Amino acid sequence: MIGQKRVAVEVPPTLRWLKENLFSTWYNTLLTLLCLWGLYAALGSLLTWIFAKADWSVIPANLKLLLVGTYPAEMLWRIWMALYLVVCFLGMSAGLWGSLLRDTVVVLSSAFLFLALLPFGVNERLLLSGLALLSWGMMGSGWLLRRSSLRRWGARILLGLWVLSPVLVVALIGGVPGNAWLAPVSTAQWGGLMLTFMLAIVGIFASFPLGILLALGRRSELPVVRWLSILYIEIIRGVPLVTLIFMASVMLPLFLPGDTRVDQAVRAMTAFTLFTAAYIAENVRGGLQNIPRGQYEAAQAVGLSSFLTTVFIVLPQALRAVIPANVGQFISLFKDTSLVFVAALLDLFNIGRSILANPNWLAHDSEMLLFIAFVYWIFTYFMSHLSQRLERTLGVGER
Amino acid sequence: MRKILAVGLVVALLLPLLTIGQGQPTDTLGRVKARGNLICGVNNGVPGFGFLDERTGTFSGFDVDYCKTLATAIFNDPAKVTYRPLTAAARFTALAAGEVDVLIRNTTRTFSRDVELKLNFAPVTFYDGQGFMVRKTSRINTLRDLNGATVCVLQGTTTEQNLADMARRLGITIRPLVFTDVSARDKAYDEGRCDAMTADASGLAGARVKLSKPDDHKILAELISKEPLAPVVRHGDDAWYDLVTWTVYCTIEAEELGVNSKNVTAQRGSADPNVRRLLGVEGDFGKKLGLDSNDWCGNIIAKVGNYGEIYERNIKPLALERVVDGKPSPNALWTDGGLIYGIPFR
Amino acid sequence: MTRAARIPFWRDIRVLRISAQIAFVLLVVLLGNWLYSNLQTNLRATNISFSYDFLQQPASMGISEGLPFQPTDSYQYAFWVGVFNTLRVVFLGMVLATLLGLVIGVARLSSNWLVRTLSGIYIETLRNTPLVVQLVFWYTAVFLKLPRVDESLQFPGSIYLSQRGLVMPQPQPTESFALWGLTLLLGCVLAVGVYIARRIYLERVQRPGTPWLWGLSTFLFIATGSWFLLPQSPLTWEPPVMGIFNFEGGMQFTPEFTALLLGLVIYTAAFIAEIVRAGILAVSKGQKEAARALGLTNLQMMRLIVLPQALRVMIPPTTSQYLNLAKNSSLAVAIGYPDLFNVANTIINQSGRAIEVILMIMGSYLTISLLTSLFMNWYNRRVRLVER
Repeated sequence: MIGQKRVAVEVPPTLRWLKENLFSTWYNTLLTLLCLWGLYAALGSLLTWIFAKADWSVIPANLKLLLVGTYPAEMLWRIWMALYLVVCFLGMSAGLWGSLLRDTVVVLSSAFLFLALLPFGVNERLLLSGLALLSWGMMGSGWLLRRSSLRRWGARILLGLWVLSPVLVVALIGGVPGNAWLAPVSTAQWGGLMLTFMLAIVGIFASFPLGILLALGRRSELPVVRWLSILYIEIIRGVPLVTLIFMASVMLPLFLPGDTRVDQAVRAMTAFTLFTAAYIAENVRGGLQNIPRGQYEAAQAVGLSSFLTTVFIVLPQALRAVIPANVGQFISLFKDTSLVFVAALLDLFNIGRSILANPNWLAHDSEMLLFIAFVYWIFTYFMSHLSQRLERTLGVGER
Repeated sequence: MRKILAVGLVVALLLPLLTIGQGQPTDTLGRVKARGNLICGVNNGVPGFGFLDERTGTFSGFDVDYCKTLATAIFNDPAKVTYRPLTAAARFTALAAGEVDVLIRNTTRTFSRDVELKLNFAPVTFYDGQGFMVRKTSRINTLRDLNGATVCVLQGTTTEQNLADMARRLGITIRPLVFTDVSARDKAYDEGRCDAMTADASGLAGARVKLSKPDDHKILAELISKEPLAPVVRHGDDAWYDLVTWTVYCTIEAEELGVNSKNVTAQRGSADPNVRRLLGVEGDFGKKLGLDSNDWCGNIIAKVGNYGEIYERNIKPLALERVVDGKPSPNALWTDGGLIYGIPFR
Repeated sequence: MTRAARIPFWRDIRVLRISAQIAFVLLVVLLGNWLYSNLQTNLRATNISFSYDFLQQPASMGISEGLPFQPTDSYQYAFWVGVFNTLRVVFLGMVLATLLGLVIGVARLSSNWLVRTLSGIYIETLRNTPLVVQLVFWYTAVFLKLPRVDESLQFPGSIYLSQRGLVMPQPQPTESFALWGLTLLLGCVLAVGVYIARRIYLERVQRPGTPWLWGLSTFLFIATGSWFLLPQSPLTWEPPVMGIFNFEGGMQFTPEFTALLLGLVIYTAAFIAEIVRAGILAVSKGQKEAARALGLTNLQMMRLIVLPQALRVMIPPTTSQYLNLAKNSSLAVAIGYPDLFNVANTIINQSGRAIEVILMIMGSYLTISLLTSLFMNWYNRRVRLVER
């Protein structure tokens, strides 16, 4: 009898879920209703504008400019090549090491396939599908390598290639002096999303060693070194990045001997490097502080010098612990690249403004702004998602 | 260890980007020739004057075309220009430090720039002036009516100063709302946040086209400043200054003489000695300027165009005519009543 | 014997340390000197001079809000107006961002699925787009869409809302204001007296209580009492009046200020919310269970047990968010708010003194940052001291 009654009152699972999660108490109900109203008010007009009123023709027409800026059209193969190279390494690593990298490659390849479905030219669509295929192919061969006896050597070579990859990419895109195939392309012609990425990548790679040195300096037993490191870190962290970029773009040449010419992009990169290094130093310091005293003592007992202890015992552990924090730093660096407009560099954001000055596209500001925000969002969201997963995989913060 | 290797590699990689000049010619023209291209300081976001064009994949605009004329004069190739976008704050430092060969970036010629900053200005290519745009429904007809108004301004070198000076001169108060971004300023005015918008006449015309209802707005006839825009070079290289100067005169004189990109080949056979000298059929003006060919001006006209064509191509889309209803603007030829006046080639 | 025990000086750790430091300092000094001499040579070669004399010249510019400013005032004063505007937005921003961050952070852990998800979306969206894009969005898509000034929304009490901002009556002191101020001072002294007396009393009888409430009510009683006793009320409300173009007089909050404040608060709150969430999760479960066992309500548990403990974990990362907020306020240039950076940019444009002014900007932000850090460090120590 009782059982029958219960069946009769049983509500459908969706309704029960709704009741439990949205309307469990009176104030939860109120909150739910409030949230729904807010959602409607915020998104209603925005969505109508996006799908009904906006004229998006400005984006496809200027897509090349937005992606690579004024990079010579006949040299575009070099950017493709760089992209292929990175995807190649990524696929191989995904096969070899798996887990997080594998998911990354899956997401990337599906993104490439999705882009290949969009109405680009035939060549671009073929190249994009090629990228997707390559990533899967490399992942497969990486997986085979993992199974084979060459695994250790493969991993070492791949790691070496990764270390070399920024050099290869910059050489491909920037060119090598005196080489007919890779004729130098001045950074004045870099632009768009590519420049945004190059600034962020060079910034993070170059700031890493400096940041580590500063972190070690801040924890040094030599007071002079310690105080100078602290001074540097606190000053840099206390000023807006815009002013540093401005200083670098206007004043860097004044600090160098007479005939030295420093490229405008390199000046911005210098500013990013000096700025990010201070933040990385603080992240690394956090990692250093978390290394138990026993590690130092054990190293000392084995007879390692303090230099060797730092390089082989302390740093590897500390750096592993601060990887997620540094990914976060990379994300904010990526967003901050939009500030290079003070140096008149044509990154994604600034190139949008330059396109809007074209009399043909005068009235398309909103579309352009929204598109640029969307591109930034996609990349930063993807990266922050990755860093959260990384945090879990590495087990940082769990005791 | 790997880290150290990586650092070394990154440093090695960045080194080639630091190009150290050595054994170069000391004069600007020689340096430009040795380099194989002209470095031109431009603006990358002023409608009509400098912007990115998706059709060519590079810069376009009125100022950019003058970079091209100079490159054509030297190399007979308008593509041999490296454009260097510069901000207003960095432009003179960049020119003084030799980072650009010439600055063609809607720069107003003023006493302090000419004398204090030790610059040389080529002939004026565009006569601009700061004006106001207001709603037709507003009661503003003269500058005095602006008393108490909120005015949208773009942060510029002299725009805000001119506005403040005007208010002082007329004894009125004005609330300026200063933006650094053109689109933000236009939005604020369009939505009604400001009662008026002030900018150079060329900027106003372009901004008006962008508004949601351009016909609801009018541009006041009175201008509050004179902004003669001209190409700029450093002090100390007179030959280079001459070349930049006469490149500009070449385009103006060609328009006066009726030489344009379509008829330039035919005009080489013209009987008019002025045309013959301009196009290098007679005389060796090109050699005297240090150029390789006497046909430099002909090349400019053929590949870039004369003043009228350059204006037509870049400024006209902003709805800014040289002659409006029979009334000439300063940018009309002097024969039409404007200020554009060629200097004879003889 | 002693000779054998003595370490040769080149292997003596103290000597090595000192010489290493001297070498380091020497290196830094040499580098600095090299840069400085290059700077000197280059400044001479490029005719760029370095001096702060221009600061006394008339600024010849207008500033739309902040302290009263005339175009004839000096560049120096213009800069101070900018600093004032920055401080105004930064201070309010810090307070509001903390409050909003607290709410969102708690909402992130809510039992309501929609609330939890929405606050998650809020955090992910706002943290992942550049702030400058967000500011432009708030300004153009929200504040400029308010009704025009001639069609302002009117609220009771002469409060108007339009795209020119929020305008409300401003208190104006009258003749009796000075007298009232005097009674306020008296009230203050009395309130402190009552507070101390009550504390001593409570201490003696060993009872918990709220002595500050006693002090506060004493003060309020005297303040309101004297307000009504005085023959003329000490403050009058000056309502805004519609001029030809704008409201004149009254208290005005411009859309630029509000949009910047809102943008900064909403952006920074997303980061603070994550800190709050992490802080709350860091409080051990046992604490919450103990609070439940004592019969505290959810709200009491949050206020008395969880938040005070979470605070300790939260303060250091929140400090860096405050610093970011202060620095991010320089993005005001994008929406026309005359902050320090905006005004300084105009000064650079007009005077051509880029290097000098940039140094001033850096110095100002550095000072703001250092003061914030100092205060937060002091607060951090205080919170830590309360703990046993």
